[in-house]
Amino acid sequence: MFATEFEYKKASSISEAIQLLSSNEGAKILAGGHSLLPMMKLRLARPTMVIDIGGIEEMRGISVENGTLRIGALTTHAQIADSHVVQEAAGILWETAYGIGDPQVRNRGTIGGNVSHADPASDLPTVLTVVDAKFTIQGQGGITRRGSRTVSAGDFFVGPFTTVLAENEVLTAIEIPVLAENQKAEYAKMAHPATSFAVVGAGVVLTVDNNNVCTAARVAVGGLTPTPTRGPSVEAALVGKELTDENIAAATALIDGDLGSDILGDIFASAEYRRAMAAIELKHAIFHATGLAHH
Amino acid sequence: MTTRIFGSGIRRREDPRLITGGATYTDDVQLPGMVHAAILRSPHAHAKISSIDTSAASGAPGVVAVYTGADTDGVLNPIPCAWLPPDCDIKAVDHPAIAKDVVRYQGDAVAVVVAEDRYQAEDALELIKVDYEILPSVVNPEAAMQAGAPQIHEDAPNNQAFHWVADGGDSDAAFANADVIVKETIIQQRLIPHAMEPRSAVANWTVAMGELTLWSTSQNPHIVRFLGSLVTGIPEHKIRVIATEVGGGFGSKLPMYADEMIISFCSMQLNRPVKWTATRSEGFLATIHGRDHVEHVELAATREGKITGIRSVVYAGMGAYLSTAGPGVPTILHGLIYSGPYDIGATKADIYGVFSNTTPVDTCRGAGRPEATFLIERLIDLLAVELGTDPVELRRKNLIPKFEDGHDVASGITYDSGDYEPLLNMVLGHVDYQALRQEQARMRERGAYMGIGVTCYVEICGLGPSQVAGAVGFGGGLWESAIVRFHPTGKVNAYIGTSPHGQGEETTFAQIIADELGVDVDDVGVIHGDTSNTPMGWGTYGSRTSTVGGAAVALAARKIKEKARLLAAHLLEAAEADVEYEDGKFFVKGSPDRSKTIQEIATMANVAWNMPEGMEPGLEASAFYDPPNFVYPFGTHLAVVEVDPDNGHIEVKRYVAGDDCGPQINPMIVEGQVHGGVVHGVGQALWEGVVYDENGQLLTGSMTDYALPRAHMFPDMEILSTVTPSPHNPLGVKGIGETGAIASTVTIYNAVIDALRPLGVTHIDMPLTPEKVWQAIRQGQGS
Repeated sequence: MFATEFEYKKASSISEAIQLLSSNEGAKILAGGHSLLPMMKLRLARPTMVIDIGGIEEMRGISVENGTLRIGALTTHAQIADSHVVQEAAGILWETAYGIGDPQVRNRGTIGGNVSHADPASDLPTVLTVVDAKFTIQGQGGITRRGSRTVSAGDFFVGPFTTVLAENEVLTAIEIPVLAENQKAEYAKMAHPATSFAVVGAGVVLTVDNNNVCTAARVAVGGLTPTPTRGPSVEAALVGKELTDENIAAATALIDGDLGSDILGDIFASAEYRRAMAAIELKHAIFHATGLAHH
Repeated sequence: MTTRIFGSGIRRREDPRLITGGATYTDDVQLPGMVHAAILRSPHAHAKISSIDTSAASGAPGVVAVYTGADTDGVLNPIPCAWLPPDCDIKAVDHPAIAKDVVRYQGDAVAVVVAEDRYQAEDALELIKVDYEILPSVVNPEAAMQAGAPQIHEDAPNNQAFHWVADGGDSDAAFANADVIVKETIIQQRLIPHAMEPRSAVANWTVAMGELTLWSTSQNPHIVRFLGSLVTGIPEHKIRVIATEVGGGFGSKLPMYADEMIISFCSMQLNRPVKWTATRSEGFLATIHGRDHVEHVELAATREGKITGIRSVVYAGMGAYLSTAGPGVPTILHGLIYSGPYDIGATKADIYGVFSNTTPVDTCRGAGRPEATFLIERLIDLLAVELGTDPVELRRKNLIPKFEDGHDVASGITYDSGDYEPLLNMVLGHVDYQALRQEQARMRERGAYMGIGVTCYVEICGLGPSQVAGAVGFGGGLWESAIVRFHPTGKVNAYIGTSPHGQGEETTFAQIIADELGVDVDDVGVIHGDTSNTPMGWGTYGSRTSTVGGAAVALAARKIKEKARLLAAHLLEAAEADVEYEDGKFFVKGSPDRSKTIQEIATMANVAWNMPEGMEPGLEASAFYDPPNFVYPFGTHLAVVEVDPDNGHIEVKRYVAGDDCGPQINPMIVEGQVHGGVVHGVGQALWEGVVYDENGQLLTGSMTDYALPRAHMFPDMEILSTVTPSPHNPLGVKGIGETGAIASTVTIYNAVIDALRPLGVTHIDMPLTPEKVWQAIRQGQGS
């Protein structure tokens, strides 16, 4: 519980943070600190420099413009969970933020820090994947030849604790299409009893017409795979079908074929079990989304 | 008529300082010149230490000293085990504070660094080079006794620490003549009794005085002083142990740990105060664990459902060394209580204490009694299935009828008082048990799986008569003492030998005294935890603080009152026989105006201007209380759970705790203890469990892998009680700190198995994680 020695720098702008990151090997960005600091205290992470971006105001804030919800990377889970703007625009994210950790974690932890850490058991990567979020990444043009770039959530996560972020890039904002009236979105998970992290998490965004027929679907599962996994077979089976118990059960069962072979397992839940739970949590998510939650 | 303060649910006076950060814990202690220690712990479960090179660490920035086991030779004696049950061939193996040649569990201390600050100490730890020759290891207690298992101590063949048998009645005949026998193998998985405050020690050796002051996170500072003097060689009167504010124990702060002695050693070497506080990770490895039984148990009965015998063969893991009270847990606190609340002719406990390459095992809330309750109640549910009878009616049929002063059970112990059926009826009536069973049947028809678990228990606590302590190999007494003192202004302090660490006795003991002396409860302060200003006491564990320590407080108060009566007669110029007492006031019979309050008398006793001839000044008394027997709280708990067969998730829908702890000093605190105990026990059933890999590496070494229960996992608990006073102490009180943990584990377990019975599930090892439940359902349906 005692970190190794490190240098502390407080960045006052994104460009200063990137400058510090570029010129100091072994430097790490500190946002809310809820991923980095525990690793440092266990001496699993030993950064030589910690660059505190907590004071950069331009990286905070929630707004909606032209049908897009924009959330600054430094926005805390608590700010998202308290935001009526998020509630209206993307209720699935609002609800998920409220379910992260406990009040202390939500008050400090940030959406950008969370996804940059890319913990496979985290809820936000799955939710942001299913809502097709776009991540704005700022780099140092001179060195990387990439200034600012935008990456979709589906491409952002590369593996456990690994993203497309280069050593000298910083995630600055996340953009999410505002959900339409006829879009139902929900996230369900089996939570680890110790941490509330997702053993298996499932997110759905369904477009449903007046006859309860699904006209478009995006589904993704996380927690059990190295990165969030989309379920194209499930999506295809849902579209054009009435959302009945039977149709939902039949469609969600197809997630098994979309999962691939790289399934995570641990002493709490084996890969075999998690694989079987993917369909169950997807079913829960759809039931909640469509008001069939009595199941 | 005024409301009696004894029995009133007043708020805990401890809480304002605790919840506002105003308390001073050991880690808050700052002394001039203080340095900080960090302990290097073995990363291996079993290894020879080939060499240790501390040179780089010694030269690191800020480092004051580095010590290894060799440095403690001739200075520190081995860490003692203080509970050595007789007639069981116990092997009190050598337990060096710092390992010398061999490490025997992951977490065994190997070296200690002392530096100007803790960060420097931690940095220097990484510079110590230890060459280990890794040896094969074993973690499961039953496996450790098999031929060919790695041997952990030379002088403990087959890793057998002891073999203890309690055979009461004729168990062979009971099983030979049984109509029905049910059997089960129960794994009482290893737990970690977490306290919010990690262990911590500050040692301050003053060379000029030859005195050691040790701030220690202990449940029993007087025992730390007693045993600490044996380990360090410092005379007992030159050691002061301070444990005034301790942030929870649950049994984990009862033992005498090596670490506190290592820190004392460092201070003595350096002539400087030294502080060490365990990191949470360190706590997982080096603070004791609990439970760890592999049990083969069986029950004999008649076809009519009369239980005639219970017997067990238990492999009880002791860990790598015998911890302070470790051997007493699976034996005295477990093997003698197999009758529970039932009339059973024969009980036999056949207990092997076993060494393994794991953290030492000691007391964890309930300590032995949850394990005993679990096996009795599990076997009864199995018998009910076997006989096709209702599990509640089966229990009712076997309950011991009401008794007020003594009931002998097969194991040879004598229960104090009991009236078990009314509480069973109260709990059943509260939930409308028959209606619940009907609801269960209706739910099953639509594929929903609700289960009901009902437990009747009796536990043994309020440890205990000192004569018995001696007879069962406990290396100390089990009495308590208290000094109660009136100050000149009429205010009162009590100085007690027990050492509450969250249980609220600053409040409840003040209530006892206020009730005895007729003074306002706010006029009474309770002092505890510092050996320099409290009388000898054996500590707070085994639900003994109120029953034994509370009795000592009450007796001291009664002595004071008697002296006050004599002084009152003198001051009121009345004959002793004419002085009466009511509500804190002495008055002359027939002339209520001629009166003095006890606080006025206290003032007069303190100034001593006008004392009767021969009476000493002052108004105080000390009392020692050694109980004639243990106390035996009892109760009925009931749980309703619902299991989702799709994913194996268990939801606790209702939890009803009916407990009888005799008269309740403070019902709010009783309720709090029940809440906490139930949560602890349910934690074992559903979430908690230590996992080692085959190499003795702790896989559940952090809060992210070891799941502790949280408030949101529980429904509101429904609390019921009856009052059956114990004849064994002057207040009639019985313990309540552990009953929840004793009853709730099996209550939940039986409820879950009850829910899953239609799916063919009869057994799942704890904790009942969703995957295990799901796998059991799949296997049950496949068979």
